[in-house]
Amino acid sequence: MDEPANMKNLILLIPLLPFLGFLINGLLRRQLSKGLIGVIGSGTVLASFIISLYAFFNLDAIGGGTAISPSARIVGNPVLHYFDFINVGDLKIPFAFQVDQLSSLFLLIITGVGFLIHLYSTAYMHEEKREHFGRYFAYLNLFVFSMLLLVMGANYVIMFIGWEGVGLCSYLLIGYWFKNIDYTKAAKKAFVMNRIGDLGFLLAIFWIISKVHTTNFTDVFSHLSSFSTKDLIGITLLLFLGATGKSAQIPLYTWLPDAMAGPTPVSALIHAATMVTAGIYMIARSNALYSLAPITLNVVAIIGAATALLAATIALRQNDIKKVLAYSTVSQLGYMFLALGTGAYVAAVFHVMTHAFFKALLFLGSGSVIHAVSGNQDIRTMGGLRKALPVTHTTFLIGCLAIAGIAPLSGFFSKDAILLSAFEHNKVLWVIGLLTAGLTVFYMFRLLFITFNGTFRGTEEQRHHIHESPAAMTIPLIVLAVLSIVGGFVNVPGVFMHGGEKLTAFLSPVIPVNEGAVVSHSTEWMLMGLTTAVALIAIVIAWSRYRKYKEEKETPFARTLENKWYVDELYDAIVVKPLNGLGKGVNTFIERGTIDAMVNGVGRLVNYGSRQLRWLQSGQVGAYVLLMVISMVLLFIVQFFLRK
Amino acid sequence: MDIKYYIFLAVALFVIGIVGVLTRRNAIIIFMCIELMLNATNLLLVAFSKMHYLAGKATNANAGIDGQLFVFFIMVVAAAEVSVGLAIIVMLYRNTHSVDVNFLNRLKH
Repeated sequence: MDEPANMKNLILLIPLLPFLGFLINGLLRRQLSKGLIGVIGSGTVLASFIISLYAFFNLDAIGGGTAISPSARIVGNPVLHYFDFINVGDLKIPFAFQVDQLSSLFLLIITGVGFLIHLYSTAYMHEEKREHFGRYFAYLNLFVFSMLLLVMGANYVIMFIGWEGVGLCSYLLIGYWFKNIDYTKAAKKAFVMNRIGDLGFLLAIFWIISKVHTTNFTDVFSHLSSFSTKDLIGITLLLFLGATGKSAQIPLYTWLPDAMAGPTPVSALIHAATMVTAGIYMIARSNALYSLAPITLNVVAIIGAATALLAATIALRQNDIKKVLAYSTVSQLGYMFLALGTGAYVAAVFHVMTHAFFKALLFLGSGSVIHAVSGNQDIRTMGGLRKALPVTHTTFLIGCLAIAGIAPLSGFFSKDAILLSAFEHNKVLWVIGLLTAGLTVFYMFRLLFITFNGTFRGTEEQRHHIHESPAAMTIPLIVLAVLSIVGGFVNVPGVFMHGGEKLTAFLSPVIPVNEGAVVSHSTEWMLMGLTTAVALIAIVIAWSRYRKYKEEKETPFARTLENKWYVDELYDAIVVKPLNGLGKGVNTFIERGTIDAMVNGVGRLVNYGSRQLRWLQSGQVGAYVLLMVISMVLLFIVQFFLRK
Repeated sequence: MDIKYYIFLAVALFVIGIVGVLTRRNAIIIFMCIELMLNATNLLLVAFSKMHYLAGKATNANAGIDGQLFVFFIMVVAAAEVSVGLAIIVMLYRNTHSVDVNFLNRLKH
């Protein structure tokens, strides 16, 4: 039957096309024109999106099942085996893809939002020189390739390959303008912090291998009895450590705000919509392991809630557009982890999806603003852009409403699902979540009003150049805005519409539906009403305070917030400085004192020896005679005294 | 006389000769020291010849004659060597106007 083989090759094209795009744009970046580079870069991702759509609607056809709609269980094996990757003893790690409901959903998000951002980049990065333009798109395609590997991998090792790949591309893209030393430092910081998390991930993989001798998802999740409770807690905690690095949670979140050094579309794609969601994907994929380790789930929930609150407080006082959005991302990721920690895996994935829409929208919108004010990113010198940038303003407003969780935009459904789950699990976490929601609304609308309302506070030069962005930039904004509005309808909770929870049903083969305690409808209405009330109050307060811009007061607490609670300084003191000191110490005592001394010592010995041996051929007859005498004496001694 | 006194004397002369060859700078003095070494060995040979004669004169009237014969050879060789050496030193002086051996390092190249 040809069908499965065709499907298999088709699925292989999904990551392969962006990889080809990477090779072509990377190797031929000096030869191709900017238009062609843009077309190749965006076209490969668009093609992957189309194939992903086809796969999404034909999930049953993968592995040869019967044709049913995507919301039913997959009949047949969703694992596509391509070749044996590692074969050592009884450990077999194949290069295989698992295209089931969870991964196909992520595929759509990655390729769909990715394509919009590629399209946006063709206009945003237009002023770059040709080879740098090509380099940008090559890296971006490589990133999409790695992310696709990550979500499509059928075992932890392929996922890890993708995991590392996206970390690498994050580094390459943050440090895209490599001539600026601060940007390269930010890139290095991102990579190093990612790496620390990766250690956790690797250790978890080793632990899994030691217990079940395989890393395939289907095998690991069907042999859960091979793990003791201690094993499960250890593995899940280590996996979560990896997730904190990649998805910027406490303690490894400080790289994300610094990562705003990269171009804005990069921030949108990598640090809002895709890479940072890798941790969520990993935990959602491993939900079978996590459901058996409630201690870890508690840890995840607490850290998620704490991160959400911490980041929200910092965002209140940031004056760089992108930094506000960066902290907002960290905060929303905290929400997702809170959802995971309370067992609501579907809610977390739902929030990943809606967050991808509105956060990418917000970032691209901010890019549009930055483009309009000639590169300025400080909101204190913006203002009054509402009339000059109508499309940007409207879409940005829609994004703010979505993130605020105002019904019926997408953010409302996903955020309320999370808060509901938190309420069921632990009231304290719910309170933190509610508080953070209020703060989120407040700082987002603060950003909106300071940037777009009031009067323009920049230079005359900038005022002249204010212009709405070209179509290549506004079309993605509009598309994302539409998605932010309607994206929530895939999972409407039961209180509104019976059977509206399509997403939960869709993901049920991968994430079993939790038939546990359900809150009553009245409680749900009350919670939703409370959240909406908090949001509206926050909008009103922000409106009254920031409609006409005035300088914000510099209280000591405000300064602490502005300085990010001095966490970076703390890390510098307890980690960076000791490591630097250790490095210096090793350099002085071991590198220079021992190894160099030995190597130089050999040199000096040879020098000394040669100076003495030089007498053999000095040309001075006296030396030769002396040598003869000495040798005779030695011969004498040997002959008469030592030869007995 | 006991042979050991002759040996001491000969060895002392020989060592003086060696030290002289090694330390002196003047080529002619070095030559003299070489002669000293040769004569020291001559002395030693003659002394041993007498010793062997005294020990074996009852059986052999020509005991120990080898030593004295060898001394003749050494003297002849010494004379020949001196004539050649002095000729070389004269040539050396003609070229470098000194008999200082420290200047003789052309062998280095």
